[in-house]
Amino acid sequence: MNIHEYQAKALLKSYGAPVADGVAIFSAAEAEAAAKQLPGPLYVVKSQIHAGGRGKGKFKELSPEAKGGVRLAKSIDEVVANVKDMLGNTLVTAQTGDAGKQVNRLYIEDGADISRELYCSLLVDRSVGRVAFVVSTEGGMDIEAVAHDTPEKIHTIAIDPEAGVTAADVEAISKALTLEGAAVEDAKALFPILYKAFNEKDMALLEINPLIVMTNGRLRVLDAKVSFDGNALFRHDDIRALRDETEEDAKEIEASKWDLAYVALDGNIGCMVNGAGLAMATMDIIKLYGKEPANFCDVGGGAGKEKVAAAFKIITADPKVEGILVNIFGGIMKCDVIAEGVVAAVQEVGLKVPLVVRLEGTNVELGKKILNESGLAITAADDLDDAAKKIVAAING
Amino acid sequence: MSILVNKDTKILVQGLTGKTGSFHTEQALAYYGTKMVGGIHPKKGGETWTGSKGESLPIFASVTEGRDKTGADATVIYVPPAGAADAIIEAIDAEIPFITCITEGIPVMDMVRVKARLDRSNSRLLGPNCPGILTPEECKIGIMPGSIFRKGSVGIVSRSGTLTYEAVFQTTNEGLGQTTAVGIGGDPVKGTEFIDVLEMFLADDATTSIIMIGEIGGSAEEDAAQFLKDEARKGRKKPMAGFIAGRTAPKGRTMGHAGAVVSGGKGDAESKIAAMESAGIKVSPSPARLGKTLVEVLKG
Repeated sequence: MNIHEYQAKALLKSYGAPVADGVAIFSAAEAEAAAKQLPGPLYVVKSQIHAGGRGKGKFKELSPEAKGGVRLAKSIDEVVANVKDMLGNTLVTAQTGDAGKQVNRLYIEDGADISRELYCSLLVDRSVGRVAFVVSTEGGMDIEAVAHDTPEKIHTIAIDPEAGVTAADVEAISKALTLEGAAVEDAKALFPILYKAFNEKDMALLEINPLIVMTNGRLRVLDAKVSFDGNALFRHDDIRALRDETEEDAKEIEASKWDLAYVALDGNIGCMVNGAGLAMATMDIIKLYGKEPANFCDVGGGAGKEKVAAAFKIITADPKVEGILVNIFGGIMKCDVIAEGVVAAVQEVGLKVPLVVRLEGTNVELGKKILNESGLAITAADDLDDAAKKIVAAING
Repeated sequence: MSILVNKDTKILVQGLTGKTGSFHTEQALAYYGTKMVGGIHPKKGGETWTGSKGESLPIFASVTEGRDKTGADATVIYVPPAGAADAIIEAIDAEIPFITCITEGIPVMDMVRVKARLDRSNSRLLGPNCPGILTPEECKIGIMPGSIFRKGSVGIVSRSGTLTYEAVFQTTNEGLGQTTAVGIGGDPVKGTEFIDVLEMFLADDATTSIIMIGEIGGSAEEDAAQFLKDEARKGRKKPMAGFIAGRTAPKGRTMGHAGAVVSGGKGDAESKIAAMESAGIKVSPSPARLGKTLVEVLKG
């Protein structure tokens, strides 16, 4: 689960991290009052969307020469003017896709005098199974490009979970960032704080790009991107409350209510599969036969009939879907449960597109029997290859 | 031969009394008499579990008690996500040599905690978020459907449960059969990695060819490819076919498995396929042609 920058900063601030003062607003009417709460004379107005590249992004509704999604303002009047220019418009960045994202929230922040821009992120390093700091002196840039072009400028420091962030770890991180003077002292507090927040809130990624050294030599968190481990949200009511559903696909929200792993895609063959690997492989084989999948959907291992029916309904409700491929290799999932769910869903919402079903594994005979006896127009497939060929042929007519 | 488990492996079930644990324990008992020796429940120690066909197993209050009374050398965990990490740690503390965790959805930070304990122990963990392990006609731990297996010569290792079944099914249909199939699981932090299993397959005389199935995310496939190259230089090499799931997955989106995400410019399918091909693995573009691809490799 992702949250907005202003929410991430409020969270980090609650742990004691150095963050600028700022106020989030939802309407232009709030702009002046918000700016007046800040010391000035420099302000930053930042679009709050769940995508990066905001500064270089362009608003669809404005002229191409208009400024991007992050703007400097040197007076309260300028803040208000920028807010009116940005709020409600659609920001297109390198990460939003061509459709862009509507900016419904802005964050007005106290400006900072920047001396150096650094990069600092925390994530779980799978190769060692530990939380690691990934740092670079090349802040403010696309870190993937830095990693690709100059990998020697990226430093990874993994943390022993039983010792936590030690003095030696802080020294190693500070050295990698070539910190000096007051920043070295700030680092002794900041890095353990970031690690604590990451651990306690079950974060998946905490990215500060840039972490800045100000002209007074002190460190400040200038931008913050935080995402959380979806598997741990059950123990964080406070984090779940930060979810902004307007940032998400409506089908994905409905799927998440049923605890379905669902990702909306651009193609026209709807997929319902058990197992993440098989669901990805099903997408891959559809592509191999020249078509595109409309979604990734893993109904998981322990799904009941109702969950299967819910998944089927979400897939059929997508207007792009011209055909559906159900591919099940039952292990923990029983084929009869899938069959019952599909039959129940079709009886409720009808079936307007071709449906190909491939069943194999646990209780396969029972599952096939349920489908056969349902009297529904279902094309049975013998194996994955056969299933992919049949659904592609059905769509091509 | 086989790897990790055989007809003598004695298995305790943590989470036996739940619906999932019960169903799959019945299936395991029915699979060539896999030696399931008891279940664990802190409040039901001394009671007896009864399956739907009248099967029965003793329940112990702790893994240590279960191990002492049965001589178990393995456990399988079906405990729900919130308690699964503690269940693994209990098995580690009881010095169980081989622990398989089926549970999907364990918080990553819990697995970081488990991994630190595991590294200081002599236990091996398979999973979590995995289908388990099966040696045909001898032992079934976990949720793989036994009916698709056939005793044979192919070692199978996979990050994906259902794609493991595809590989098993297809190698059975080709008449090759399996020595052991191992599902290492789709989580980012796990116990057993590709390299561990590949090492065992290379050392196992009965395993004469290997199928390796990876997916997007992380760099375990690249690491495994490097390992295979290094071993080949020492003269240890077996014919291999492979597959990588997620060629069509969009960047930055987690595809069901917590570990299946291309992020930070790492973990895309193409670099994994290239690494595996460079290590001499024939990578099938289609998940439906795993068996046929291996047959082609074996024909030379």
